[in-house]
Amino acid sequence: MPQIVVEQLVKTYQIAERTPGLWGAVRGVVRRRHRAVRALDGVSFAIERGELVGYIGPNGAGKSTTVKALSGILVPDSGRCEVAGRVPWRQRVAHVAEIGVVFGQRTQLWWDLPVIESFELLRDIYRVAPAPYARRRDQMIELLALAPLLDVPVRQLSLGQRMRCDLAAALLHAPEILFLDEPTIGLDAVSKLAVRDFVKQLNRDDGVTVILTTHDMDDIEALCTRVMVIAGGKILSDGPLEALRARVTRERWLTIDLVDAGAAIDDPHATEIRRDGHRVCLAFDPQVVAPAELIRRITGRHAIRDLFVENPPIETIVARLYAAHGEAAGGAA
Amino acid sequence: MTGALRPYRAIVSARFRMLLQYRAAAIAGLWTQLVFGLALIMIYQALYRSSPAAVQPMAFAQLASYVWLGQALLAMLPWNVDADVRDMVRSGAIAYELARPVDLYGLWYSRAVAQRTAPTVLRAAPMVVFAGVVLPLLGAADWRLAPPPSLAAGAGFVTALAAALALSCAISVLINISLIWTLGSDGIVVLFTTAVALLSGLMVPLPLFPGWAQAALGWLPFAGVFDLPFRIYAGDLAAGDLAIVLARQLGWTVALIALGRWLLGRGIRRVVVQGG
Repeated sequence: MPQIVVEQLVKTYQIAERTPGLWGAVRGVVRRRHRAVRALDGVSFAIERGELVGYIGPNGAGKSTTVKALSGILVPDSGRCEVAGRVPWRQRVAHVAEIGVVFGQRTQLWWDLPVIESFELLRDIYRVAPAPYARRRDQMIELLALAPLLDVPVRQLSLGQRMRCDLAAALLHAPEILFLDEPTIGLDAVSKLAVRDFVKQLNRDDGVTVILTTHDMDDIEALCTRVMVIAGGKILSDGPLEALRARVTRERWLTIDLVDAGAAIDDPHATEIRRDGHRVCLAFDPQVVAPAELIRRITGRHAIRDLFVENPPIETIVARLYAAHGEAAGGAA
Repeated sequence: MTGALRPYRAIVSARFRMLLQYRAAAIAGLWTQLVFGLALIMIYQALYRSSPAAVQPMAFAQLASYVWLGQALLAMLPWNVDADVRDMVRSGAIAYELARPVDLYGLWYSRAVAQRTAPTVLRAAPMVVFAGVVLPLLGAADWRLAPPPSLAAGAGFVTALAAALALSCAISVLINISLIWTLGSDGIVVLFTTAVALLSGLMVPLPLFPGWAQAALGWLPFAGVFDLPFRIYAGDLAAGDLAIVLARQLGWTVALIALGRWLLGRGIRRVVVQGG
């Protein structure tokens, strides 16, 4: 039995619309027009205990709505959702006591309190007994290198420091499930790596189930064995990262450093997609032309300093998936 | 029972300690209130001197005590919003409040308890020292905050003040809940502030209102926050009236908590949508 089951979840928001201009504002007082936005349009998935799932999609796709429904904050219109046997919004208080939530754009720490006092407050709010609290707190302080930050008021922390403290705060009550909503947003490279290492370790060593929403594809590549893509309230793709890649495109990229910057590359099976000085990037389909064959042909005709073959970055894959979905949706409407 | 209340007690205590840090605001407020209190007392003295004693609803000494209590306990009046709640409603961070394993109304009520007590603790003591000790030393003994006429009046005041705090917090939470519909704009709150200042007896002690208005004001909840406890303190209401005063205060508290719970339940469905 999966730990998280979501079936045909639907949530429609009523957005008040106002005609622009003064007349629109006046009319809006008397009668508001409402537009229905379907944030979740029949979302279904199941997640096993201990999985680390990436959940991606363009802005407004329904990521946060899904996370809010799973955390019992939001009541969907229809559909079924069970997390560890609980219906989140029906047993909200019991449910949120067993999960951890981090919203990257907000903090759950008290702005004016030193970090350690926020932790103690959370200990009381989650009714954690003294011994398990002390154990967990010390573990978090060690793993996230929080010792120098404990007496600092939260408002004086840098974003990266704050995020480390927020992660600890979400885990003090030792939840089995952790929802991370854009945990690396705005972080510098070092902080991002620290957050990723920590999440990975938490998942591997403690078996915590993690659902991670992000716009940073490096997060996905570094952490997730499984990626769900949502757009327009529908799940477009759900599976391993490589399966997503294969589904969207077979394309590979060949990047070469030419000796002669001006040389034109003319090959029937390769398309030039970028040129930057001596460096040229070509796209090709390995099922049409073998990489070795393409490289032989090009090196035969041009003097080359260096070359390498790579997969298109996951950003490109996802952008294509979103674009394809946008066209499909546009065509339907 | 203590286990069930642990989160709420922790929130009250943390917010209380945090609000105690705003000492500069308290000192600035104190100065304003001193001036305000003195001005009110001088106006009422002039009024009392120009009117026959027969029509004066309470003795001037009682009135002076009433005015000073209002200034000393101003921060206990439900006159402003919780800035944290306003920011949460505006930004959508209110979702985080729901991600905690506590009853949301209980959480907001706990915040209100801290919001109404911490600044009061900071301001009341210096105000009482000024109005009760410094003024007589300066030769203005008839303007002073006099001690209650009897032990019973003093004890009655303390009891009624505790009930006033419970009532004030219930009203404070309602003001905070209104932010959900106004999306954090203070327009309605400004109107409300003026109304509370007038209807509670802060600006004009309620016994000075005409009879017909007193009848109406007496049945509004705001009298229970300031007017009724102050009149017990001053001896204008007998200590024997305490039971009736408490019944009115607690009746309103229960009713307003029920209303607040109902409104918050409805409001929260709206606000969760913010920030999709």
